[in-house]
Amino acid sequence: MKSAKGTVFRYGDNVDTDVIIPARYLNTSDPAELAAHCMEDIDGDFIKKVSNGDIIVADKNFGCGSSREHAPIAIKAAGVACVIAETFARIFYRNAINIGLPIIECAEAPGGIAAGDKVEVDFDTGVIRNLTKGTSFQGQAFPEFMQKIIAAEGLVNYINQR
Amino acid sequence: MGMTMTQKILASHAGLASVEAGQLIEAELDLVLGNDITSPVAIREMEKMNVSGVFDKDKIALVPDHFVPNKDIKSAEHCQCVREFAVRHNITNYFEVGEMGIEHALLPEKGLTVAGDVIIGADSHTCTYGALGAFSTGVGSTDMAAGMATGKAWFKVPGAIRFNLTGKLNRFVSGKDVILHIIGMIGVDGALYKSMEFAGEGIGGLSMDDRFTIANMAIEAGGKNGIFPVDDLALAYIKEHSDKPYTVYEADEDAVYDAEYTIDLSSLKPTVAFPHLPENTKTLDEITETIRIDQVVIGSCTNGRLDDLRQAAAILKGRHVAKGMRCIVIPATQRIYLEAMEEGLLKIFIEAGAVVSTPTCGPCLGGYMGILAAGERCVSTTNRNFVGRMGHVESEIYLASPAVAAASAISGNLTGPDQL
Repeated sequence: MKSAKGTVFRYGDNVDTDVIIPARYLNTSDPAELAAHCMEDIDGDFIKKVSNGDIIVADKNFGCGSSREHAPIAIKAAGVACVIAETFARIFYRNAINIGLPIIECAEAPGGIAAGDKVEVDFDTGVIRNLTKGTSFQGQAFPEFMQKIIAAEGLVNYINQR
Repeated sequence: MGMTMTQKILASHAGLASVEAGQLIEAELDLVLGNDITSPVAIREMEKMNVSGVFDKDKIALVPDHFVPNKDIKSAEHCQCVREFAVRHNITNYFEVGEMGIEHALLPEKGLTVAGDVIIGADSHTCTYGALGAFSTGVGSTDMAAGMATGKAWFKVPGAIRFNLTGKLNRFVSGKDVILHIIGMIGVDGALYKSMEFAGEGIGGLSMDDRFTIANMAIEAGGKNGIFPVDDLALAYIKEHSDKPYTVYEADEDAVYDAEYTIDLSSLKPTVAFPHLPENTKTLDEITETIRIDQVVIGSCTNGRLDDLRQAAAILKGRHVAKGMRCIVIPATQRIYLEAMEEGLLKIFIEAGAVVSTPTCGPCLGGYMGILAAGERCVSTTNRNFVGRMGHVESEIYLASPAVAAASAISGNLTGPDQL
């Protein structure tokens, strides 16, 4: 996947893994079951409205809290193509890369993107375009080491290839 | 350029003479940990890897503790998956119900975490072992899978924030108040991607259980790890619990820190984090309104150790919890449970009208054993007060020390132990 283009779901600071996927659903690890409850405690309409290829945009510290990989798994299985945030909590950041959910850190983009905007992200260049507003932002490109993991579509394949 | 304590441990495990912040390294692991929530996902990922087995059956710890004893059929299936994997790979450190405890209280007690180790765990509170001078950090299930298969993990070497602790804690003030104070000061992303390095003569006055509590909540400030220097008290703990070889690392004199704070421990007061973020802290004397409480939880990987139970028992002794209050006490391990029994603490809890549970993470993450209804409030010694963390999205969690939790159970309102 070299790019993503979709409608934006917009959230604020400190979106924690408990609201991304509440622990009451952690008795399963099935991606489809997890996706059915994704963002339920912060946005009950999310799962009804989200379509394949949509994009989540948030402010600071997205994915803070628990180490549950179920959180990026639920987001990916819900069809989200990319998460853009000002910053990510570090365990979520690792987990997203390891399971192949594209994420981009960009200090400026969240301020220029609103819910419902159409946004396009180029993963090779890190350029984020707000098609609704006609603006663009430069996201942070991944270090080469992480690009290799992403190119292999996750850590498991990366290890298998070595 | 000098290195921090964390950087020195990482350099040694990466086979490098020195490392600096931002550098990507691959480090050898001394221990890989997982629980009943995260291990099934890791096991599934490991089975996709072209590996014949685990890197070292003695360096993996599997601790079903979150929904254990099994809370429902799906949880039972998760535990079954972990148990069968442990048998299949002859994992030495698999802890079944009856010998298990909350992972971050259990592993130090079993001597599996010692100074100088590099430890990853598929649980965010893996940072607890920094109290013993280890580098330990939480990761996800895929990292755990790769760790179990290869014995290695990639890290970006963290920069550091230094917390210079001076003075001595006052009565009714504990490690929980120290870390809540720090999180209130720097925020829930104040240490994002960084190590939190504790230093200063004030550490000498902190018990090991205080230090475990402080290191445990480094993640609540976004930290990669929290770490304490290894003093005589830490060495005594390690020698009492472990026969593993350990290495004591010290930060270089000229180590570089992104920020430094000095905290006079004698100035700290009982502190509470209000809903819905651990950074929403107030000291008890700043609270003017009456906050009615429905439930109190004393336990978790943050505050379920013997010192914590002693502090709660000292306040509950000879008193009774308020009418309509549910006070739930959860010793973190079987050994703590037994010691609390032998010291008479459990008798105090039960006579005070509290319930005492088998070790489990249960209510901390809204699993079971104390779920909140809409509109209910809980004072909890746990680590997170996010929306819906302990149950209904309209419930509220106030994070506090065991002393404040016990006092609140008695009064039925958010209360300090000196206000009873």
